[in-house]
Amino acid sequence: MKRLSTIAFVAALAAGPAYAQFSDGVVKIGVMNDMAGTYADLAGPGSVIAARMAVEDFGAEKKGMKVEIVSADHQNKPDVGSNVVRTWFDVDKVDVVVDVPTSSVALAVNEIAREKNKVFLISGAASSDLTGAKCSPNSVHWTYDTWSLANGTGNAIVKTGGDTWFFLTADYAFGHALERDTAAVVEKNGGKVVGRVRHPFPATDFSSFLLQAQASKAKIIGLANAGADTTNAIKQAAEFGVVAGGQNLAGLLVFLTDVHGLGLKTAQGLIFTEAWYWDMNDANRAFAKKFAAANKGIHPSMVHAGVYSSVIHYLKALEALKSDADGTKVVAQMKKMPTDDKLFGKGSIRQDGRKLHPMYLFEVKKPSESKYPWDYYKVRATIPADQAFRPMSEGKCPLVKG
Amino acid sequence: MAQITEQADIRPLNGFGLWSEQIAFMALVAFLIVAPTFIYPVLLMKALCFALFACAFNLLIGYVGLLSFGHALFFGWSAYACAHAAKVWGFPPELAILTGTATAAVLGLVAGSIAIRRQGIYFAMITLALAQMMFFFALQAPFTGGEDGIQAVPRGVLFGLFDLSDQMTIYVFVVVLFLACFLLIYRIIYSPFGEVLKAIRENEQRAISLGYKTDRYKLMAFVLSATLAGVAGSTKALVFQLASLTDVHWTMSGEVVLMTLLGGLGTVFGPAVGAFIIVAMQNYLAGFGQWVTIIQGAIFVVCVLLFRRGIVGVIAHALRIRL
Repeated sequence: MKRLSTIAFVAALAAGPAYAQFSDGVVKIGVMNDMAGTYADLAGPGSVIAARMAVEDFGAEKKGMKVEIVSADHQNKPDVGSNVVRTWFDVDKVDVVVDVPTSSVALAVNEIAREKNKVFLISGAASSDLTGAKCSPNSVHWTYDTWSLANGTGNAIVKTGGDTWFFLTADYAFGHALERDTAAVVEKNGGKVVGRVRHPFPATDFSSFLLQAQASKAKIIGLANAGADTTNAIKQAAEFGVVAGGQNLAGLLVFLTDVHGLGLKTAQGLIFTEAWYWDMNDANRAFAKKFAAANKGIHPSMVHAGVYSSVIHYLKALEALKSDADGTKVVAQMKKMPTDDKLFGKGSIRQDGRKLHPMYLFEVKKPSESKYPWDYYKVRATIPADQAFRPMSEGKCPLVKG
Repeated sequence: MAQITEQADIRPLNGFGLWSEQIAFMALVAFLIVAPTFIYPVLLMKALCFALFACAFNLLIGYVGLLSFGHALFFGWSAYACAHAAKVWGFPPELAILTGTATAAVLGLVAGSIAIRRQGIYFAMITLALAQMMFFFALQAPFTGGEDGIQAVPRGVLFGLFDLSDQMTIYVFVVVLFLACFLLIYRIIYSPFGEVLKAIRENEQRAISLGYKTDRYKLMAFVLSATLAGVAGSTKALVFQLASLTDVHWTMSGEVVLMTLLGGLGTVFGPAVGAFIIVAMQNYLAGFGQWVTIIQGAIFVVCVLLFRRGIVGVIAHALRIRL
């Protein structure tokens, strides 16, 4: 340990005296997600690009901070993910893990980051447990969560007459949380849940599940899954004539890349909630242009935007603290400072680790309405930051006192 | 199976093994003592768990000639039982591992008594089917946590003395446990019981005609193999503080076959060597993402085509020694 701090000291002298406290002289960011599977498009290599853009835009080099980015594929398996993160923390001296879609992996990383006192910035994962019962002083949940999606989409649909629901749920933490949160919103608004079926994750054949959904006669089939599971279910529902038969699909978690994969013809009219869309203002468009150029033309999803924004805020907190050694302190600093970046604007982080910003209810455009590539969404409603997320008192987070 | 697993010679027992085995064992112990200075201990512990798993598997395929394709059942379910005991019931690690091991033994007894009634491909298919049934159960049962697995399993304090949350303490514990089980397997293989197993492997009809109740011997070997796989699974759950679906998935059953074949079927050290190679590959080639499985497949094909005795088998054969 002593030798390590000597090296850190020497490296810090080279980098500039202001950052003498950075462990081993380098701020190491670990981007972990699904690089080749179901969630590769909505997070994947794009998140690494977003993190790199954040480091550049923050001007780390000019400020004398040395920032390195490493990345890994967790294959959506908690054991692979926890293995990688342990190695990162113990051997590679990674200071912060970002992104980590797939809630089961995120929950595992959440525990390890707490145990090793590092920082975990969650963008891709959705389970609202991460700021609820499982909340941690070392984690910030940035982009969205199951509660906010359920709240946005569930409210809007029940209020427009979709009052009987059948859930098609991915059988793991995220799916369960999404189903539970949406069902609560539906019932609160006077709707009824008539049935549910759980499919393995990831699944390719949804026929038996869709037949059950059809037989239920529910007005709305809620898709409590994500990524390729959602797109497969939507495509197969079209083949089964689910929508033609008078039932409607509600995608509870749909990303820009999913809509792109489905095509507007299949996806049109789909209503869902997201935190960010590239075509909403000039700053977003500029970011998207630069991002797409680096990412084979694929435009950024809200997960990518969340990675960018969370990394910027993390680096700002380090700048203020002049140290990255103590994960709890860094996160406390992040909570103390108001957030402000070009993609999410001004916001804040709550005591339970929940980042607050507005959420948006989007509807997918008809093919005739789309004017240029990736022109897919129109905004139906804006849910203000103070209503977009679960009130802290309902989360049962042990960090919140009183 | 006979031509793959033929032994160079089988000499009478002296209780300590042959000189070649003694040297190899010393080398193994020396390696395990020095290794944590330059290899990440968690990785070593993972390799040791898989090495034990492969050795347990080898007991069945290498010495009885039974190819079980459902060993993930014992590995994974012992992990769940151990994790559940440690986390929910608050058992200390030694009792948690015992719980996991006992679970595997019971499952081994049930699965074994069904499967040993058939030979060859039917035996493999029955074990696979049973493992898949229990996989589905693991996916759906509430206490396993589905896709989440059982997370944040406390490592606890061994015998109330050794705090296993310390990296080196748990490493020493895993090494000692591995070596103990390894020696136990060695003892089983070269006991009179083991000689009967080998007789069954070579010619079951003849063993029956000599008056051995082969079904009982096979069942006993199956239960022993399952139990030792259970030790490996339980230990892995404590090391990673996680029991997940990966451990009960059929690919895990396939992986252990690969490890054993690569290292050398029916050799004492082969499965451990195979496990270390596969775990190292998965770790150091992780940068290639899902290509790792393709590389593994290619190695498997090359291994089966070019050196069917496996790495240790080839070395032992070339040097005319027993390893």
